[in-house]
Amino acid sequence: MSSTASVNMPESEMIVTNLEYYPGMAIEKHLSLVQGSSVRAKHAGRDFMASLKSIFGGELAGYTELLHESREEALDRMIQQAQSVGANAVLNVRFSTSSIASGAAEIFVYGTAVLLQEEL
Amino acid sequence: MIEYALFAVLLVLGFGFGQLNEQRHYKSIKKREQEMSVLPAVASKHPPTDTQYQQQMVIGSVVVASDYFKSFLANLVNVFGGRIRSYEPLLDRGRREAILRLKQEASKQGASMVFNVKYETSRIGGGVTTIEVMAYGTALIPAQNSVVHA
Repeated sequence: MSSTASVNMPESEMIVTNLEYYPGMAIEKHLSLVQGSSVRAKHAGRDFMASLKSIFGGELAGYTELLHESREEALDRMIQQAQSVGANAVLNVRFSTSSIASGAAEIFVYGTAVLLQEEL
Repeated sequence: MIEYALFAVLLVLGFGFGQLNEQRHYKSIKKREQEMSVLPAVASKHPPTDTQYQQQMVIGSVVVASDYFKSFLANLVNVFGGRIRSYEPLLDRGRREAILRLKQEASKQGASMVFNVKYETSRIGGGVTTIEVMAYGTALIPAQNSVVHA
């Protein structure tokens, strides 16, 4: 289903987790706080369907997908930032969503970029 | 006069389809919850250390809207205050659906449990109450089907 996501991108071997540590691996270095964000607006076609749906109720699949896409984008940006500081993992990741205007939402994701090393 | 007629039609449509939608959704939620009960999703931050697990973040999200009839009821309650019963199932459905999608994704990855699950609920602008519920957590994948130590 399009509204579910696995976060680890194949091209980047970045570990993304919202736990604070990784059993079996030691944190060698805390690098920095990394973040990614994405602002999206709804588009007219989806909005029309949504206004129809609002009479009957139920899931608005168009919006689910829209928010999913922007979340992927925010995560992508965060991972890029983590790569640029030389991290191999982002720990303690959190999401936050805020609607900044009617019809537009900001998705924000942040975490701690670290260098993990196998425990000896 | 025609406005009242339209209003009445919308109310009836909202009531009928809204009710139908909700019943169907609950039926499917209950069925899938049974299937997914083997994969626990918990709020604990500390994963077990007995076995080696690979970690992977998973997300499940859903946008659900209330129907015309229920929104009308809620507006009425708003005048007097009190418990808005007609919105409670909406939030409940959203949360349960989001968790189910999270688990679905986790089981696709071969996970045996999901840790540190967090919810986020946000209101999406527009006439009728529309909410987005997102659940995210870390799926723990037993190491035998993937190499942790490269």
